[in-house]
Amino acid sequence: MPTLYEMLVSPWPWYVSGPIIGLMVPLLILIGNRSFGISQNLEHICAMAKPSVISIKLFNYDWRTSRWSIVFAVGVMLGGLLAGVIFANPEPIQLSQATLDMLAQRNIAAPSQFNPPEIFTLNFQNSILLLTSGLLIGFGTRYAAGCTSGHAITGISTLQIQSVYAVIGIFAGGLIAANYITPIVGV
Amino acid sequence: MKKYLPYLVLGNLFGYVLIKSEVASWYRIQEMFHFQNFHMFGIIISAIITAFIGVTILKRFTGKASLEGTSICIPEKKPGRTNYPLGGFIFGIGWGIIGLCPGPIFALMGTGSISAVLLLIGSLLGTLVYGMSKERLP
Repeated sequence: MPTLYEMLVSPWPWYVSGPIIGLMVPLLILIGNRSFGISQNLEHICAMAKPSVISIKLFNYDWRTSRWSIVFAVGVMLGGLLAGVIFANPEPIQLSQATLDMLAQRNIAAPSQFNPPEIFTLNFQNSILLLTSGLLIGFGTRYAAGCTSGHAITGISTLQIQSVYAVIGIFAGGLIAANYITPIVGV
Repeated sequence: MKKYLPYLVLGNLFGYVLIKSEVASWYRIQEMFHFQNFHMFGIIISAIITAFIGVTILKRFTGKASLEGTSICIPEKKPGRTNYPLGGFIFGIGWGIIGLCPGPIFALMGTGSISAVLLLIGSLLGTLVYGMSKERLP
C-alpha cells in the first residue's frame, strides 16, 4: 500500500481523476444550485475591472452575485500550488511511445518539466504565442458560453444539445490546431 | 465569508486533480488530439458518467432547498445554434496550440507560472473583444 504522502505526490490515473472532476457538477448544484464552469470567471474579472473608458454592455452586471465562482477559481489556484509545488511529482510525465516519437520528429525534447520549455519559456516569440492562444481561448469560450468544464462535463452530463454542438466545435478546432498549426508555429 | 468555504474547498480539489491528472500539461493535450493515449479520454468520459449519475440522483430533489437555501434545479444552456460550435471551434484552436483550457490556466497560475499569467491576460483580452463585438456576431 502506498503511503498518503506517496498518493499525494504521484500522478493520478484517469479512473481516479475523471470521477472527481465529474463530482463537481452535482456537488455544486447541491451546495448552492451553481453550474460548474470555469470560463465564466473571465467575464467576472472583466466586470470587476469594468473598463470605464469603453462602455461594454456585457460587463454591466454585479459580479458580486457570482462571488462563489471567483472563490472557486482561487481554490483552483491553491490546488495548483499544492499539487504542483508543495506535493510536486519529481518524475517526468509518462507519455505514450507514439507521442514521444512524434515529439522527437518535431524536435521537442521528452518531458522534463510539466509543460514544454520550448513554448513556455518566456521569450518574445513565446509571449506572442501565449497571448494569441489566450485571446482565442477567451473569445471562443465566451462566444460559446462555456469551456471544457461547462460544456464537455456539465452540458453533456445534463443532456444539453447546445453543449454537443460546442464540444464538436472544440474538438474540431483542437484537432486542426494540434495536427496542422502547432507544427507550423514551430512546436 | 463562511458561505464560500465549500467553493474554496471544491475548487482546491479540482485544481489539485488538474495537476495530478496532468490535464494541465501541453504534452497530454497533444497526446489526446493525436489519439495516442486513452488517458485524457478516460478522464473526460468517466467525468461525464459520474456527473450524469450524480445529476440523475439530484433530479429527485428538484425544487428542494440546496445547502444554501436556493431551490435545486438543473442548469440549462441558452438556446442557440451558431455560437456554440463556432465559439467552441475558436476556443479549440487556442487549446490545441497551447494545451491549456481555462481551468488548467488557473491551476498552472497557482504553481507560479508566468506563462499561465500571460495566457490569462490574453484570454481576458479575448473576453473584452467578445464583449465589444457581441452584437455583430452571428
